[in-house]
Amino acid sequence: MRDRFIERLTRMAEQDPRIVLITGDLGFGVLNEYQERFPKQFINAGVAEQNMTGIAAGLALEGHIVYTYSIANFVFMRCLEQIRNDAAYHDCNVNVVSVGGGFSYGALGISHHATEDLAIMRSLPGLTVVAPGDDWEAAEATEAIASKSGTTYLRLDKSSAGNTQKGDETFELGKIRTLREGQDCTLISTGGILAETLAAADELNRKGLSCRVLSVHTLKPLDVNTLILAARETKGIITIEEHTVEAGLGSAVAENLMEAGVMPLYFQRIGLRNTFSSVVGSQQYLRSHYNMDRDSIIVAVESMPSKNSTPATTKMVA
Amino acid sequence: MNTLELARKIRLHAVKMTSRGGSSHVGAVLSMADIVAVLYGSVLNVNPADPNMKNRDRFILSKGHAGAGIYAALAESGFFPVKMLRDHFQDGSKLSGHVSHKGIPGVEFSTGSLGHGLSVGTGMAYSARLLDREHRVFVLMSDGECDEGSNWEAILFAAHHRLENLVVIVDFNKIQSLAPVSETLALEPFADKWKSFGWNVVEVDGHDHDALQEVLVGATPEKPTCVLAHTTKGKGVSFMENSVLWHYRTARGEELSAALAELEEVA
Repeated sequence: MRDRFIERLTRMAEQDPRIVLITGDLGFGVLNEYQERFPKQFINAGVAEQNMTGIAAGLALEGHIVYTYSIANFVFMRCLEQIRNDAAYHDCNVNVVSVGGGFSYGALGISHHATEDLAIMRSLPGLTVVAPGDDWEAAEATEAIASKSGTTYLRLDKSSAGNTQKGDETFELGKIRTLREGQDCTLISTGGILAETLAAADELNRKGLSCRVLSVHTLKPLDVNTLILAARETKGIITIEEHTVEAGLGSAVAENLMEAGVMPLYFQRIGLRNTFSSVVGSQQYLRSHYNMDRDSIIVAVESMPSKNSTPATTKMVA
Repeated sequence: MNTLELARKIRLHAVKMTSRGGSSHVGAVLSMADIVAVLYGSVLNVNPADPNMKNRDRFILSKGHAGAGIYAALAESGFFPVKMLRDHFQDGSKLSGHVSHKGIPGVEFSTGSLGHGLSVGTGMAYSARLLDREHRVFVLMSDGECDEGSNWEAILFAAHHRLENLVVIVDFNKIQSLAPVSETLALEPFADKWKSFGWNVVEVDGHDHDALQEVLVGATPEKPTCVLAHTTKGKGVSFMENSVLWHYRTARGEELSAALAELEEVA
C-alpha cells in the first residue's frame, strides 16, 4: 500500500504544485524519488511530529494540500492535539498518513502497533478516517482525500488484499464496497486484514456457507445504509479489524445499527480486546495469536448460532 | 489613534471584559498590551476592510489565554464593532476566553493550548517563501509557554530553513501560572538559548513603543528573529503588577474602579 501511495502522490505532485509531503524523518528508500523530483514539495521535519503537524496546518491555511507521513502511531498520537486544534478545527487540508496499521510492524513491539488509531481519529469532529483494504483502494484514496476539504487520517497497512477492483469500478470515498455477495453472514472488514476476510469467505463458500464481504475503506463518514442492508438481508454480522474492538469498526457498526433501529440476528466483533501485545511475531503470527486471521474468522462464522435465530437470541461475545 | 492610546484602550477593555465575564488572565493582557498596540498600530500590514487580503502580514497569538487583548485591538482597529467586546465570555458569544478565529474577522488562528502557534506560524512563513510572497509572520508567545517542547522543535526548524520572514515576540514578564518563571522551570540564559539555536535575538523594553517599533519593522537577513520583550505582568494597574494572583483574579467592585481610574477612564 505504501508504494501505491507514493506512486499516486508522485503523479499528483507532477500535476498540482499545491501538494506538499512532510515526513517525520521516515521513508528511507520510499520517498527518495519523490524528494529528488519535487524538492519544493517535500519537507523532512526531522523527528518532531508536533512541529511537523503544526507546520502542515500553517501550510494548509496558505492553500497547500499537505500530507504528513510517518509510521504507525508516530504520525498522529504524540501530535494528536495539533491534529485536533491546528488542523481539524481550522478545516485544514492536512492528510495524516500512517504507514503500518495494526500489527504491520509486529515484531518491533507495542510502540509500533497502531491498534487504537481508528478509535482516536474517529472521535475527532470533521475528520475523514480511511483504512484501505487493498492496493487499489489505497491508491484511489490517496488521491480522493486531496480534493475534499478538511483533515483526513489515512491508515496504510503493510498487508493488502491485492487488487480487488472490479472491472471499471470507480472509487468513492465514504461508500462501502461489497466484494462478495452472500446471505448466511456478513463479514465487515476495514484495513489490510481484508485479505484474511476474503480468504475466509472463499473457504466458507467452498464449505457451503455464503458470506457477504464489505470493505469499509472509509470508517468516517460511515456508509450506514449498506450496513443496514447487511443487517436485514443476512443472518448475522461479524466485524473484523486489526485494532482494538473498542471504538473502532465494530463499535461504529453497532452504534449506527442500534441508532437506526436495526438489530442484526447475530453480532460479533473480531479484534484486539483490551490488550497491549507483548507477544513477539510477524503480522501474520500476531493475527493468528489474537484470533483474527482467516482460520479464526472461519471458526467464528461456523460457530454462529442456528440460522433460524431471531433477534432475541442475538449474542454478545465477551 | 496613536499606539499609546491604542495600548491604553486595550488595557481598559481587558479590565472591563474580564470583569464583566468573570474571566482570568487580565495580567497576561496588560503585559502584552504595548506589544499588541505597536503591532496593530504601526507594524502589521493588515486591512480591516479586507481581513483576508493575500499579502497581509500574518499574526498569531500563541498565548491564546490573552485573547481579550487581541479582540480589543481588532475592534479598536476597525475589524468589528467595539460594542461586540461587551459579549466577551458571555453565553452565546463568539468571543471565547481563548482566542478563536470562527466568525471573528482579523483573527488569523485559534489558540489556547500552549506551544501551537509557533509551529503554525513557521508553516506560514515557509509557505510565503515557497510562493515568493513578501509578507511576514509574527508570533506572540508567553515565557511560560516556552516550557513546551513543541516550540523547540519549531525553533530548530525555522533556523535550519533560515526563515527570515518569521518574527517571534516573547512577552517576557517572568511570571507564569503558579509562580515566577525562575522558580518553575528556569529559562535563563534565555537569549543565549535562542542564539545558540541559530536565531537573531533582540532584547527590548516591551513597554517602550519606539523601541518596539524599531525592532519589529527592521529587516532581519537570513535568520528568523526572536524579540525578547521584557515586560511587567499586569502593567498599567499598580496593584496588578508583578503579581501571580492577577494571572487568574478578576477585578470587581473597588478593585475595578481603582483599575479603571489608573487607566484614566472617567467613571
